[in-house]
Amino acid sequence: MSNTLTLARETLLSPAGITDHHLQQVMDKLISSQVDAADLYFQYSRLESWVLDDGIIKEGNFNLEQGAGLRAISGEKTGFAYTEELNLENLLEAADSARAISRAGQSGSIAIAGRGGLQPLYPARNPLESLPDASKIELMKQLDAEARAADPRVKQVTISLVAAHDTILVMDNEGNLAADVRPLVRCSVNVIVEQNGRREQANAGGGSRTDLHYFVEEQRGLGYAREAVRQALVNLEAVDTPAGAMTVVLGPGWPGILLHEAVGHGLEGDFNRKGLSAFSNRIGEQVASPLCTIVDDGALPKRRGSLTIDDEGTPGQNTVLIENGILKGYMQDKFNARLMGMQTTGNGRRESYAHLPLPRMTNTYMLPGEQDPGEILGSVKNGLYAVNFAGGQVDITSGKFVFSLSEAYLIEDGKITAPVKGATLIGNGPEVLTRVSMVGNDLQLDPGVGTCGKDGQSVPVGVGQPTLKVDEITVGGTAL
Amino acid sequence: MSPSIEQLEQMVADLLAEARKLGASAADAAVSRSAGLSLTVRMGETETIEHTRDQGLGITVFFGQRKGAASTTDLSPAAIREAVSKACTIAKNTSEDDCTGLADAALMAKDYPDLDLHHPWPISPDEAMQTALQAEQAARDLDPRISNSEGATLSTQSGSFIYGNSHGFVGGYPTSHHTLSCVVLSEDGDCMQRDYWYDTRRDWRKLATPESIGRQAAQRALAKLHGRQLGTRQAPVIFRADIAPGLLRGLTGAIRGHAQYRQASFLLDSLGEQIFPDWVEIREDPLIPQGLSSAPFDNEGVATRPKSLIGNGRLETYILDSYSARKLNMQTTGNAGGVRNLSIDSGSMGLDKMLQEMGSGLLVTELMGQGLNPVTGDYSRGAAGFWVENGEIQYPVEEITIAGNMKEMFRQLVAVGNDDDIPGSVRTGSWWIENMTIAGS
Repeated sequence: MSNTLTLARETLLSPAGITDHHLQQVMDKLISSQVDAADLYFQYSRLESWVLDDGIIKEGNFNLEQGAGLRAISGEKTGFAYTEELNLENLLEAADSARAISRAGQSGSIAIAGRGGLQPLYPARNPLESLPDASKIELMKQLDAEARAADPRVKQVTISLVAAHDTILVMDNEGNLAADVRPLVRCSVNVIVEQNGRREQANAGGGSRTDLHYFVEEQRGLGYAREAVRQALVNLEAVDTPAGAMTVVLGPGWPGILLHEAVGHGLEGDFNRKGLSAFSNRIGEQVASPLCTIVDDGALPKRRGSLTIDDEGTPGQNTVLIENGILKGYMQDKFNARLMGMQTTGNGRRESYAHLPLPRMTNTYMLPGEQDPGEILGSVKNGLYAVNFAGGQVDITSGKFVFSLSEAYLIEDGKITAPVKGATLIGNGPEVLTRVSMVGNDLQLDPGVGTCGKDGQSVPVGVGQPTLKVDEITVGGTAL
Repeated sequence: MSPSIEQLEQMVADLLAEARKLGASAADAAVSRSAGLSLTVRMGETETIEHTRDQGLGITVFFGQRKGAASTTDLSPAAIREAVSKACTIAKNTSEDDCTGLADAALMAKDYPDLDLHHPWPISPDEAMQTALQAEQAARDLDPRISNSEGATLSTQSGSFIYGNSHGFVGGYPTSHHTLSCVVLSEDGDCMQRDYWYDTRRDWRKLATPESIGRQAAQRALAKLHGRQLGTRQAPVIFRADIAPGLLRGLTGAIRGHAQYRQASFLLDSLGEQIFPDWVEIREDPLIPQGLSSAPFDNEGVATRPKSLIGNGRLETYILDSYSARKLNMQTTGNAGGVRNLSIDSGSMGLDKMLQEMGSGLLVTELMGQGLNPVTGDYSRGAAGFWVENGEIQYPVEEITIAGNMKEMFRQLVAVGNDDDIPGSVRTGSWWIENMTIAGS
């Protein structure tokens, strides 16, 4: 950690000539007798993305982002300003704007102290430079060739390869300095297949907080190409999805998006502090079947949603949200935790220096149960087996949520039969998990592709679950 | 504080010169800066005051038929040099592509019109707070069942941008954007609902009054109370005007050149084909004064022009930038960067009249999830709204889905209402679709 802090200082502060004395000056300007909390957040990010389409390397993009966000909090009020030009003058000006929520006051100087001792959850090295450009290109071409060779019905292949490197440094009003260096890589493959005039598409991919070798190791990238083709070919055979309420068995891994939408957002601290969530004031109540235990875990090594520290300097941690069906706790940032008389859970996240931190999920998943997945499928007379999803959305107040099938099959007499077309599933968050009647022993985390949006801010997240049987959920098909 | 247009022009000129120095045969660049204020009040108190100051620069370089791009929010000379040099490195690694390059020099906008897009709002945080409070208070005063609030937000932005390319084209102008929104909760028994309303304008003087925005947010949240599920069935569906723009976006996504040449469209090769009933007229007008999506030239410097997308129900043009145009052996339509100010001609009926004509069916007022497969047109979304019988709203419905195929939905368009007074850049009334599958309990 102290190594990380040194790295962050060298990246963020030294080039701009910003010293500890300057940080003190800015913080002094930001806080006053009426300010309860304040922080300075510095960020330097680089992102590189490549697109292979139509058989050629069509696009490459490099993106550089840097700046500092300054926040002052007085009671329930927050003042916020940011600047893209890192120098003392701009920082002082931003501090002046941000503290406008309270009248000017005088405060004593703070002592700056670096926080150390944390083991980083991911390597600090820059993933943009982890492979030579020629090898990145070669990797994408291999994936393209793999997808095209997999089946003559493949008509179009698009591959994207993204590497990001993000260095942050945050200082609170007590002078605590914390830093994090976050790598993130992602690769995705989209294919379009055609058979007798019918066209279908599918996506597959993965990612991690590590470097680009991840996609070479264990042939992961080639695996995404084969998986995208497999799914697209399944879709070519898909029949109309039934419409109406039915039993749905959700496969392990990425279908955990159910948890993210159905309960995750509703358990974020801000919504609950304000009484906006269908889960407000329900801690200690039964909100799921006793088979369900759900956690949010930001401390898993190298996962897409993981954070050595969150964007307020709090270490990532494992928070139990629901235990044996009982609502145990919310996900908190410092601001909402303080107002609710609770502890932060390391879920304070922001898209960038230009956004305010909010309580956000990291990696949200359900712990495994006892059942063999085969037994679960075998128990269903008529229903749907849903193995892949495209995304979801929730209205946290009414509790209504949706998520979209991208690969699913009919279950008839306990057997998986015909594949069905994509469709939306809709349910009610506080109800759906009470209808979970079987939980598999096959917990899987998703491959590392999730991005969550809230208040216009996007952050990378993870989800996971074992095979689950939900006794009734509404399926938005067309077949009556 | 804000740099002058001349300073931004100089930055673009410097960028292009730097690219040329590094060996680029062609290049284009855009630089923008804006500043603003975003203030939220909640339950009668200020909640957040955000002072926003954004800047950014993007450059694309061409080395013959290879391309590279870079962007940065750091406008220091060192960062700019790094961005340009990175773009050049990338261009050495991308493939030769016959279709890549700037748009043709002859198509660059000349003497483009001033579209009156800049009306900065000299509003102090205190005044902004008062305005937002009026909106929230109007919502909370409307009915005792408005029990809680997510707040009202006033956001105002003003800035400038310049685009230039190595054809010698340089253009740019200042713009402004102001939004007032309000989100409230209604509560009755154990039912809790939430809804919003907003307005957004180039000229702050044209914004709807705070009171009307607050009242409408409250009315919408109240109307949703005690929604029921419907039984699974087929029925006619009316998409209320404020959600109908999503259907138009389904159309424009499918007729974009990118979707056509990749063969990833449910309206593949449909130029000249009958897509809608023959009374349907859909247009794009990028030159509307004060229009929210107005622009006199596109992201490649090509002059924009009003055009018909659908005439007599037939597809009259694809939506093309220079790249997709070359791919399809066509001419760019000045749509690099997207579609600007779409509209569909209104029919003669208001929403009430449409409900009467429909008799019984579903009025959809809210959609959830993505739910459109762009390749097949298969459509399935979470929905909420009202069940209609005998031409009148009977009760709110929720936790249902509506499904069909967008190609079919377009063909089954029965009428478009004249209730087209909705905020945003798209002008449309409500859409009545003959038949869709509703899934519920």
